[in-house]
Amino acid sequence: MSQAATAAVAVEGRNLVKAFGQGNAAVRALDDVSVTIAKGEFFTLLGPSGCGKTTLLRLIAGFESPTSGEILLDGRDITALPPNRRPVNTVFQSYALFPHLTVAQNVAFGLQMLGKPKAEVSATVERMLALVKLEAFAARRTSQLSGGQQQRVALARALAPAPQVLLLDEPLSALDLKLRKEMQTELKRLQTETGITFVFVTHDQEEALTMSDRVAVMSAGQILQTGTPRQIYTRPANRFVASFIGETNFLTARISGGAAHLAGGVIPLPAGTADTASATLAIRPEHLRLAPPGTPGALTATVAHSVYFGTDSHLHLRLADGAELVARQQTSADGAAGPEPGAEVGVMIAEGAVQVLQE
Amino acid sequence: MAKRSARPFSVTDLPGFATIAILAFVALYVPILTLVAYSFNGATSVAVWGGFSLQWYVAAWDNTVVQAAAMRSLGIAACASVLATTVATMAALGTTRTAPFRGQTAIYVAINQPLMVPEIVTAVALLIFFAAIKVATGYTGLAYLVMAHTAFCIPFAYLPIRARLEGMDLSLETAAADLYASRWHTFRYVTLPLLAPGIAAGAMLAFVISLDDVVITEFVKSAGQDTLPTYMLGQMRRAITPETNAISTALLALTVLLLTAFFILTRKRD
Repeated sequence: MSQAATAAVAVEGRNLVKAFGQGNAAVRALDDVSVTIAKGEFFTLLGPSGCGKTTLLRLIAGFESPTSGEILLDGRDITALPPNRRPVNTVFQSYALFPHLTVAQNVAFGLQMLGKPKAEVSATVERMLALVKLEAFAARRTSQLSGGQQQRVALARALAPAPQVLLLDEPLSALDLKLRKEMQTELKRLQTETGITFVFVTHDQEEALTMSDRVAVMSAGQILQTGTPRQIYTRPANRFVASFIGETNFLTARISGGAAHLAGGVIPLPAGTADTASATLAIRPEHLRLAPPGTPGALTATVAHSVYFGTDSHLHLRLADGAELVARQQTSADGAAGPEPGAEVGVMIAEGAVQVLQE
Repeated sequence: MAKRSARPFSVTDLPGFATIAILAFVALYVPILTLVAYSFNGATSVAVWGGFSLQWYVAAWDNTVVQAAAMRSLGIAACASVLATTVATMAALGTTRTAPFRGQTAIYVAINQPLMVPEIVTAVALLIFFAAIKVATGYTGLAYLVMAHTAFCIPFAYLPIRARLEGMDLSLETAAADLYASRWHTFRYVTLPLLAPGIAAGAMLAFVISLDDVVITEFVKSAGQDTLPTYMLGQMRRAITPETNAISTALLALTVLLLTAFFILTRKRD
């Protein structure tokens, strides 16, 4: 279940528009976006580059002001506040660590600017460095650290003032794959331990699925769908979401009498599906099962080719009308090869796996 | 078909390259080395070697006129470099940390005017302008020289500071604002410390430029306001002694020291 329905609201964006440029040349980086982020939530803004996710983050941080719309933090309108007066901190993509300060001084910066007493500052800095496991590096210059360590300093620095919301702008994109996996776990742990609301920006759908409580999928300045990772994966709202998150087969079919009619056969649909002359069906490759040709209820298809991935193979299939679809088959225990290209097979579709998309 | 060389073209492969290079270095350094050598001359001639001696350094050090001129030079250079660097820092901030505005190029040109207008023209203009003020106010102190030096030192201080500001990662200032720093605190605790090497470099360059000036100083100075270079110019009109060499060598040493510091400060890190 979504936590947003029950928990208090941390951040709310109302009808946010951000236009860059003037008149006809103006580009709407955000086009009437409304979003509600619950307290203590790990909320991810996911989308391709240029979709407006970073702009939305910068509006919440206060680095940009919206062309129109409002931003509320804990119910208070902060739209007009400059960044230094918002109880929100950012982990920058480039980390933006102060090169003239030590690791400890970097982490202390926000607390000092807030005018916290010295004893409190040093105690918090110590606690933060322990949290990101960098106690031994307190006196180092940031240039002497590796990318992963700099990332941890950036996190500690942003968490030290105990912000109401932590904003993370693609913080893992500069790390190599192994380190990125480690930091994903680390971020999730930090979020659970501190209980701070995280707003995370990424273009990596796997990152979004594994870490988030809820994900907002963005494209062309709009939020297309907001939901738990499970919701957006299994019930994508439209074709863009379905193709951006994971792999999906798209098939065109005629819907009548509660079933989808395709070139290779008929697929039953949930009761109450409206009749349409032409609808798009989305089916995940892992929900397709191969069966002997002619099995009742199976679509008839021909194997075009197959790609072996180790744990599974992707079978590229072709229906009678030329439509292509991919079936993911787990490699069997005896390692036997699947059907050869050119072979005729039956394709069974798991019940409830077909999603009829609204165009 | 011409035989293709394995190596790409390099200017060092041209015939006579080494000869020209050596000649150029000889032309650059032999006169200076001669000047330095003769400053240790035991004889009273600048052309005949009379054994090693520090007598001319002692003579220059004991010469009260040289002392006064040296102190005046250092004082003017110190005041002018501080003033020029302050103005240059503000100008650099104003031309890099604002949204692009109309006339930005014009302002850039205006700031660097002293680099483009012939120095003798500025000197004559200042002579006439300051003469009028001297008559009107009756004040004939060193402030005229300080003002003139400040003006022509500004572009030399401006350029390294601006270069440093342009090379600075803007996200650092954004990060400071994100971490509750007001505009002033962002400047004081992030921009200024990061800019410090540029400011120091600009100040040193301004100091050296001021210390070395002859033309404008000669035209602007009132009676009894000789700086070290104008004193030396005056000496040349009479007898040339190795004392001038000694003063020149001392000036050279100070300049080399400051410029070395300048290069260390502006050297790219990492």
